[in-house]
Amino acid sequence: MAKKERLLNPDRPLTIEEAYALRPRLWWLYTLIVLVIAALLGWSGSAINFKGFASKGIVIAKGVGNGLIHPDTGLLFNLTTEGVPYQLLQTVAIAVLGTLIGGVLAIPFSFLACDRIVPKWVAVIFRAVILGIRTIPSLVWALVWIRVTGPNAFCGVVTESVCSIGMICKMYINAIEDVDTKILESLDAAGCNGFEKVRYGMLPQIIPNFISTVIYRFDINVKDATTLGIVGAGGIGAALIQCMNSSRWSMVGAYLFGLVALMIIIEIFSTRVRNRLARG
Amino acid sequence: MKKRQSAETAVAPALFDRVFKPKTVTLPNGHTVLQPVSRTPFIAAVVIAVVLISAKMTGFSFKILFERGHQLGYILGRIFHPNWDYFKGFWVEENRAETMKLMNALFDTIKMSVMGSVIGATLALPVAVLSSTNINKNRFAVWTLRILLMIIRTLPTLIIAKFAALIFGLGTFAGTVAIIVFTFGIVAKMMYESIETIDMGAFEATESFGANKFQSFWSACMPQILPTYLSYCLYSLEMNIRAAAILGYVGAGGLGILINEVIGWRDYESLGAVLLALFVVVFIIENTSETLRKKLS
Repeated sequence: MAKKERLLNPDRPLTIEEAYALRPRLWWLYTLIVLVIAALLGWSGSAINFKGFASKGIVIAKGVGNGLIHPDTGLLFNLTTEGVPYQLLQTVAIAVLGTLIGGVLAIPFSFLACDRIVPKWVAVIFRAVILGIRTIPSLVWALVWIRVTGPNAFCGVVTESVCSIGMICKMYINAIEDVDTKILESLDAAGCNGFEKVRYGMLPQIIPNFISTVIYRFDINVKDATTLGIVGAGGIGAALIQCMNSSRWSMVGAYLFGLVALMIIIEIFSTRVRNRLARG
Repeated sequence: MKKRQSAETAVAPALFDRVFKPKTVTLPNGHTVLQPVSRTPFIAAVVIAVVLISAKMTGFSFKILFERGHQLGYILGRIFHPNWDYFKGFWVEENRAETMKLMNALFDTIKMSVMGSVIGATLALPVAVLSSTNINKNRFAVWTLRILLMIIRTLPTLIIAKFAALIFGLGTFAGTVAIIVFTFGIVAKMMYESIETIDMGAFEATESFGANKFQSFWSACMPQILPTYLSYCLYSLEMNIRAAAILGYVGAGGLGILINEVIGWRDYESLGAVLLALFVVVFIIENTSETLRKKLS
């Protein structure tokens, strides 16, 4: 009723009751969302069968709790290659090199996959290649590279660099597409040559974005490097999984303690650097 | 001669500027300005040193790459010749078993990540609200929650899955638990960051009408954060499909078990088939969710 009157007399200011009667009603949208989620849950519930705890589940849970409360301090502060600090340092080293190589390799890929720079069909081909690289899980990449390098930290480096390409490219491409070309035109008008245009018009716009992307990816790579150890690609993961398999929970506690501390330091550092880069 | 301080020296100079004194430049009009020494050489030196140390620690060598690089093609070449038997089962009776195996594992992975994303994201919402400073005025509670969330986020998913598999036994349930924990950590963090940027005027207005905190949050803040929340949920679903695919490696159900099995047999053609199936699913889900997320924003 209020709607009809509003159509007849659109200029008259509304009273509160009328505004309330005309409020947007999105109940059908909400019902739809709830129905979709309920259907998905019902469908996926069929795969998840909770069979209670495993036979030794409670014992293990207790062991884990104990180990986390009483980490093996001898291992935690052991400065030889067996100790937690060295293993963590190696994990970070893997991530640093992997991220840097990945970041450098991603530059040509992202320029070739950006349809503002190359013809459309070239861009489509390179985008497909990048998607292909991304789909192969990092553990499989590690297995592929182990044949080349042997099971050591070097394998972790090359694996990380290949795995980083996918995400870094995606963000590089966004940065390249955001470049303001009017600046290039005005530099052109001021009489700059090609090199100067790239140096003063392009680089200042994309370099902060690129560095920020690389630091963000470094964060992720440190975390990934810990899991790569599971297939023998160096870093802390190998020792951690071994301890878990043989139920030495105090050692697991020590490794996890070191890992969490390292990740928190790195996250704080990377957030600060990226905030500074964003503010210029 | 008039002397003017540049803006940078007005605030306390950084340590770097105190060690390397800025150069004083006299402009043609008589003013002097301080030109700080460029930091690029310093940063470059640090980066080069870090890279050299890392290369030494990890045993990086170009020699090995060049000498044995051709080995890379061996497995990759076999992966790119997938074993089509896995897909023939749709129309050939004798391959039915392989196809069913692949499809079951694939759907297990999808179900695990859907279930995990929905539960994890649902749990994350109240925690995110409680750990945003503009709604929860209790500083101590906010920081406790945030540090907890940070610790949860730092644990690698595979390690959580391993723990879950040890406690709940092998199978999809352990994988789902790992995905719930992972999704919870990441969605809660992204949500409290965006809750802090919303407009609190409407919240205060409804509160002044006499609504309690929950009512005013529901009617004033929910409409503002709902689109962001849904888009984060979709984003985490995208990531989870990828993560769920490898969780099976530690016995947590899904495609990973199959991947582990075919790698154990050195059957890289079958690995190619499994990865191809994963590729198709990831491609479909990513595109659907990207379209939906564009609509939401």
